[in-house]
Amino acid sequence: MSDDGRDPRPEGLGRRDFIKLGFVGAFAILVPFAVRAAERAPYRREDYTWGFIVDLQKCMGCGACVRACKAENTVPDGFNRTWVERYTVRRDGKVEVDSPLGALNGFPEDVPHPPIEVGKSFFVPKLCNQCSTAPCVQVCPVGASYAAPDGVTLVDRKRCIGCGYCVQACPYGVRYIHPQNGYADKCTLCYHRITKGLQTACAQACPVGARSAGNLKDTTSRIRQLLNSSRYGVLKPALGTNPKCYYIGLDKEVV
Amino acid sequence: MHGEAISELMGFVFPNEQHVTWTVMIVLYPYITGLVAGAFIVSSLYHLFGQESLKPVARFALVSSFAFLLFATMPLLLHLGLPTRAFNIMITPSSSSAMAGFGIVYLTYMAIVVVEVWFSMREEIVGRALATTGVLGFLFKALALFDLRVDERTRALDHRVVRFLAGLGIPVACFLHGYVGFLFGSIKANPWWSTPMMFIIFLLSAIVSGIAVLILLFYVISWVRRVEVDAPCVQTMANFLWGFMIIDVALELMQILSIAYQQMAEWEALQILIEDKLFWSHVVIQLLIGSLVPFLLLGLNSLVKLRQRTRNVLIFSSSVLLLIQVLAMRWNVVIGGQLMSKSFRGYTSYMPGLWDHEGLIVAVVVFTVPFLLLRFFDFMVPLFPSDSAIGKGRPS
Repeated sequence: MSDDGRDPRPEGLGRRDFIKLGFVGAFAILVPFAVRAAERAPYRREDYTWGFIVDLQKCMGCGACVRACKAENTVPDGFNRTWVERYTVRRDGKVEVDSPLGALNGFPEDVPHPPIEVGKSFFVPKLCNQCSTAPCVQVCPVGASYAAPDGVTLVDRKRCIGCGYCVQACPYGVRYIHPQNGYADKCTLCYHRITKGLQTACAQACPVGARSAGNLKDTTSRIRQLLNSSRYGVLKPALGTNPKCYYIGLDKEVV
Repeated sequence: MHGEAISELMGFVFPNEQHVTWTVMIVLYPYITGLVAGAFIVSSLYHLFGQESLKPVARFALVSSFAFLLFATMPLLLHLGLPTRAFNIMITPSSSSAMAGFGIVYLTYMAIVVVEVWFSMREEIVGRALATTGVLGFLFKALALFDLRVDERTRALDHRVVRFLAGLGIPVACFLHGYVGFLFGSIKANPWWSTPMMFIIFLLSAIVSGIAVLILLFYVISWVRRVEVDAPCVQTMANFLWGFMIIDVALELMQILSIAYQQMAEWEALQILIEDKLFWSHVVIQLLIGSLVPFLLLGLNSLVKLRQRTRNVLIFSSSVLLLIQVLAMRWNVVIGGQLMSKSFRGYTSYMPGLWDHEGLIVAVVVFTVPFLLLRFFDFMVPLFPSDSAIGKGRPS
């Protein structure tokens, strides 16, 4: 410090400030990475119970979810891990359902009725219902179908013998025997994605946000908030499978 | 592969259900298992329940049961997506699975049948061991476990063991086939299968098919050996066949009647299944030709005085029809249950290919092998007692 109290160093960015700024800058750049890293903190299965929610009032039957699932999970031709059904309820009460190729290409053709005859029409995406008491897990003779501690029903491909009993036991028709590899296959709720903090491929691809997976144990999660604020249903509740796949705005015609 | 051909669809079927997962092989599995259980019951009727007129067929029945049992798992193996892992079902069974009990039930029953066959044929095996020399002689001696004593004491012991095993075998045979019925009856996802009556129906139809196949074989072998068929023996079997088929068919009808009368949500879909998709195989073949006709023919045979030639025609044709009836019943349960979509809004179709590895030719071969094996067993050791007409007619 000089006699007149002025800093003798030239004006502008001094060395000390430069270093300070450097630290602050580096910190600012690293923060998002650090947050991502924190988000990717080791996945603890016991903190999660996975569920799935479908808002039927939003689904528009584009089939983007089906295509995303096929691509993400290399689903064999002729089979579906997820598909979309179109329900057409005519004015006389007659119900028709179709799902061309599981809606892989959406619904290229209109409902086969003049609009005047159609009462209402809506789309219903289907996927593994992630039953809490899953019949597929119960019947598997070798324990290859199992419920992970975080509530997701999975198939151990290295154990499955391909007997097809789980295919018969699933009330929702979501399982199939892989035509080339011989094991039972089905929707895994994109387990490889959700355990890394990502959404399922189908949810990611949905342009209207009609479907998403979420943690039922987390009271602040979107799925919990939706379940707390809407009226919803599950498929075939009388069978006691207790699905964790919930449908907002479910119509009685849907099975 | 599981039902390759894209099937003809009616209404709305879930995408994964267009392929029928359980093929004609799974039709054959309960069919052959049924013959196992039924044939065993016939042998036990003699060994345990003193039906003396069944003596000529008792041992043959037991060995038939064994021959079918050896091949009961063949269709399952052909069906598995990953057959090299078949033994996992026995090595790492899951306790909650109905199917996992398979290994235990199958092996227990196999052990009982093998030991009972050995004790019931010990005297003949020893006879062959003493009569033959060389490698074959050694094989027979090994088969007799190198104990060639036969006297009153060993006969009494053999008899006691056979009687004990016949008694033990009945509940196990019932369990074996009841279990097959339970596999289907416990599937709540499928309203065509899901009924507690399923295992009783499977058990009774097993007994029907087992008696029918023995009658058929008894006739064919008698004709081949050019001997008069043993009239009291076939008459006893025919009476039992009539009795068991009445209970069996009554239960089958009552099952449909009860689901029809309850008019649950699924009935509408099941009605179309029965009246349309299964009209020929269920209504015409299983109920009319397979049940009503043999019921009348066997009733005639049991209640009216007839010439033996007429009786033979009635009994033989009833046995053939009842074998077809039980096969049709297996088809209608296994395939029928998969034709109706779990959407309850549509139906798929299924016809096995001719040359597929789960096709018709393979099915016929798998079903034929136990019969050839029986012929081979009889070639090795006589299966019919030497004091019966059919045993005397044995070609040397």
